[in-house]
Amino acid sequence: MSTVVLLALTGLGLAALYFLIASGLSLVFGLAGVLNFAHGLFLSVGAYAAWTVSESWGLAPAVLLGIAVAAATGALVELVLIRPLYTRHTEQVLVTVGLSLAGVALLQSVWGADARVFPRPAWASSVVSIAGAQVPADRFLLIGAAVLVLLGLLAFLRFTRYGLVIRAGVENRDMVSALGIDVRNAFTLVFTIGGALAGLAGILAGMYFSSISPGQGASLLIFAFIVVVIGGLGSVTGAFAAAVAVGLLQQFVNYYGTAGAGDVSVVALLAAVLLLRPAGLAGKAAPA
Amino acid sequence: MLLVAVVLPWSTLSLPGLFEGPLNSPGTLQLLAICLVFAGLALGYDLLFGRAGLLSFGHALYVAAGAYGVDILVSHYGWQLWTAAAVTVPAAAVLAALLGSVALRTSGIAFSMVTLAFAQVGHIVINRDPGGLTGGEEGLPLSSAGLPAMFTGVVNTVNLYWLALAFLTVVVLVVHAIDRAPLGRTLTGLRDDERRIAVLGLSPYRLKLLAFVLAGTLAGLGGVIYALVVGGASPHIASSELTLSLIVMAVLGGAGTRWGAVVGGFLYAYLDQRLARLGGSLPGPFGEPLFVLGTLFILAVYFAPGGLASLGSRLEPLRRALRPRRPGDGHPAPVTDAV
Repeated sequence: MSTVVLLALTGLGLAALYFLIASGLSLVFGLAGVLNFAHGLFLSVGAYAAWTVSESWGLAPAVLLGIAVAAATGALVELVLIRPLYTRHTEQVLVTVGLSLAGVALLQSVWGADARVFPRPAWASSVVSIAGAQVPADRFLLIGAAVLVLLGLLAFLRFTRYGLVIRAGVENRDMVSALGIDVRNAFTLVFTIGGALAGLAGILAGMYFSSISPGQGASLLIFAFIVVVIGGLGSVTGAFAAAVAVGLLQQFVNYYGTAGAGDVSVVALLAAVLLLRPAGLAGKAAPA
Repeated sequence: MLLVAVVLPWSTLSLPGLFEGPLNSPGTLQLLAICLVFAGLALGYDLLFGRAGLLSFGHALYVAAGAYGVDILVSHYGWQLWTAAAVTVPAAAVLAALLGSVALRTSGIAFSMVTLAFAQVGHIVINRDPGGLTGGEEGLPLSSAGLPAMFTGVVNTVNLYWLALAFLTVVVLVVHAIDRAPLGRTLTGLRDDERRIAVLGLSPYRLKLLAFVLAGTLAGLGGVIYALVVGGASPHIASSELTLSLIVMAVLGGAGTRWGAVVGGFLYAYLDQRLARLGGSLPGPFGEPLFVLGTLFILAVYFAPGGLASLGSRLEPLRRALRPRRPGDGHPAPVTDAV
């Protein structure tokens, strides 16, 4: 029993990480139609920004700075690189691919290729006892952050004017532009939100794995892609459900099966979902 | 160009800065052989991407299948090279047929994601070293016991060069034959408007699967040659980064053109290796090959959307403007096929 609880909470912690990355990706894809390979870069940028100042500033301001830097990177990438290629989706994907290659190399040249030890608050290193299981407290940090982000995003999308524009844009972008609303501002907005969430995910991943490396974002990104596709492109709640399913499946199969079987089973889940419901769990129409 | 490639191993010409040592030294020949293999791989990938318009993110899987397949059969089971290759390449084709038949039920971005996921499984499996077969993260060096004597030893590097050149020639012949055949035109039609092909009574699914299997087979063959040239297989060739670099090669050279991907692949592989060698001596981020290549790639997407192959026709108006005017020179020059 205690093993099951520990595995479930660890799986949920991982799911929280996937959700933070996938929700931004999903919004960006749903609205702007950009499959953002540079999302992993935002993750690493946020983590490294926080790591750099965490010694001198203390952890809380460092986390805020990391999120802000990642958000600014997202906005900058949209304004400078993505916007000129509006409606040319293949080129947009190619640019983000190039950016992910060049950006990770740039991080490597500044901070080196080796992993750095990432600081975490003292209480996150402690262990909590639940139903006989000794659960590291950082799991709760991740799960709490993800639930807060989910509620915040849903409230933002439901109750604010910008949220309305984004939801309408995901549904039918051309109609929104035809009504005289500049959708491109919403593009910048979703890139900024996506960047901020990725930055947060990068910092939390640093605390979870207690180290950061330039390539870390890219390896998490692939699972985030899988979560986005399973959840249905453009859907935040779909991404949440898919993240939970993927995180739990991966943890349990990895523990009870042979090493690596969990990762393989996640891909099998992806293939099954795509064949049965090509638009994902929450998908409405198949993306063109 | 092909003539230069054939004459090259006899040349003792030394190009300081471009290559270390004369052109026929083993080090330079191996570097060139790797460039030739990547030129072939890039053109094979372009059959999917540039011609059929299928943005696959999992091409590395079939390259890895070829490289690891032949490596495992030769090094662990002591097979002869030729029998191992004769089994591995069809196996890569079967793998491509199986996975392609699933992946092609989706289209667009979903297709890219499914191929990425399949390739990722391959990468994970290779890294986990099942049964001690793949050597895990260390990679698996190719044991020389099963190799013909002509491919072992530093002196025989020139034979590896010939092998790589032969591979490139095969890929060029196959892809150009497809270009000329009705199949090539149908694939281009598929890229431009899939519905139209379906309305004409052809099956887009079967055509795409055919292209996928052909490209997978060429990739498997390329993997076999790659394992021979570098003397083993490492998990890097199964990673998504390899696929991404193939995309970069195709786009940089000019996707869908006759020679674009070949030029792009050759240049990319050359720069990747040379910059890694020069890495320490260049300032800051320029020491990272991927930084330079990634930046070049982004610039190419913006400023030369047709890749290197389109530069000729893009500069044509400029050249015409600079040419001195003669009577009767008013009509435009015939447009070359570089589109």
